Amino acid sequence: MRIKADTEVCIGAGMCVFTAGDVFDQDEDEGTVVVLLPEPPPDRHAAVRRAVQVCPSGALSISENA
Amino acid sequence: MTNAMHEPVTFPVTREHPLDPPQDFTRWREDAPLRPMLFADGHVGWLATGYAASRAVLADPRFSNDVQVTHPPIPQRIRQQTLAKFPGFFLREDPPEHTRFRRLLTGQFTVRRMRLLEPRIEKITSDRLDAMEREGSPVDLVQSFALPIPSLVICELLGVPYSDHDRFQRDSSALLNLDNSIERAREAMESLLDYVRGLVARKREEPGDDLISGLIATGKLTDVEITGASVLMLVAGHETTANMLALGTYTLLRNPAQLAALRADPSLAEPAVEELLRYLTIVHLGPVRTATEDVEIEGRTIRAGQSVTVSLSAANRDPGRFGDPDSLDITRQATGHLAFGHGIHQCLGQQLARIEMRIGYPALLGRFPGLRLATPGEEVAMRSNMAIYGVHRLPVAW
Ligand code: SF4
Repeated sequence: MRIKADTEVCIGAGMCVFTAGDVFDQDEDEGTVVVLLPEPPPDRHAAVRRAVQVCPSGALSISENA
Repeated sequence: MTNAMHEPVTFPVTREHPLDPPQDFTRWREDAPLRPMLFADGHVGWLATGYAASRAVLADPRFSNDVQVTHPPIPQRIRQQTLAKFPGFFLREDPPEHTRFRRLLTGQFTVRRMRLLEPRIEKITSDRLDAMEREGSPVDLVQSFALPIPSLVICELLGVPYSDHDRFQRDSSALLNLDNSIERAREAMESLLDYVRGLVARKREEPGDDLISGLIATGKLTDVEITGASVLMLVAGHETTANMLALGTYTLLRNPAQLAALRADPSLAEPAVEELLRYLTIVHLGPVRTATEDVEIEGRTIRAGQSVTVSLSAANRDPGRFGDPDSLDITRQATGHLAFGHGIHQCLGQQLARIEMRIGYPALLGRFPGLRLATPGEEVAMRSNMAIYGVHRLPVAW
């Protein structure tokens, strides 16, 4: 699994950090998403999928077999 | 689609049960989660009651949130529309203006920064509980607990002296009371703007370690814009969390099994907060968006210029998204609810609100093991006439 984040689209709502704080963080100045683990380990996949689903701006996407 | 089933409906505001959205929503959602609606000014637009339809509208950049193009869903909203146009009120702007403000503010509201506030929020909460104890049973939980906590927190964050809270609390509630005349509401708004304008001028001379000073320091906003945005945050920071704390407590007291579960296991605080947000959805009158071009959603075409009212309360009770949606279950996975909205305008202060509640409910229940309503539950006056739902007063004893 590979995570893609579009910081242009991100509105800094922090739902990704709230859902999977070990995978995502937020930039100190703009609050936009920072991906800590672009290729998260399998045990985090479910949380990452949930984060993608709850992200209000559609800034996050995942490709499964990259 | 002009059959009788899809005659335009009007937005229902009367609830049969104080904690449930109006029953019409349920019927309509089953029949058509997006259906024609008659707006207060005669405009025929749409009402979204389904979870998927609501999310689709709120996330779609082809919808505008500009006050000047939206129609008022209920008569009282006409008043709000005339008030919601001032510089810095980025909530009712579209990109790129919205983005400019939001970007400058989000850095202040990151999950990490909010966590740094936790010890301070814990202290504020326990101070309030001490004060309640000194006051002695019974007290009005709204005045003694639910309102002062978010009020103190947002004041500290923005750098607004709490000693002035009488003034802006009065103005803020006058603004959100839908029964007030346009004149009264405009007065309240002017008064708030005046107050914050003075504050911004002072902070420009003597900056502090607060959000308003931080915004001044960016050099990217005018004082007028900073004033507007600060009024927005001050008002938003007050009534919302205060009503969640009070109405949430009321709800738990009326659901003893859920209350007992939370009391027995404080680690349930996090899912309990999400579930209370979903179940209560205090932004009960719904955001409105207007299509800037023809948009197809769930097989219906929303024409350019048509407004859509999203009922967040109905969406959060959609059985297609949340099983057994009308029962309160603090152990369920309610994340993904729309209580903070969705899309680019999703609540900026949501992580702060979560922390205040996650600290507030368990602390209150822990301090007063015998907490109970001091009047019969049915006699508690609900805030049906307010933009933010809740209780006016909540007499509690212990
Ligand atoms: S949830 Fe989405 S919008 Fe919010 S910070 Fe994460 S990527 Fe950005």
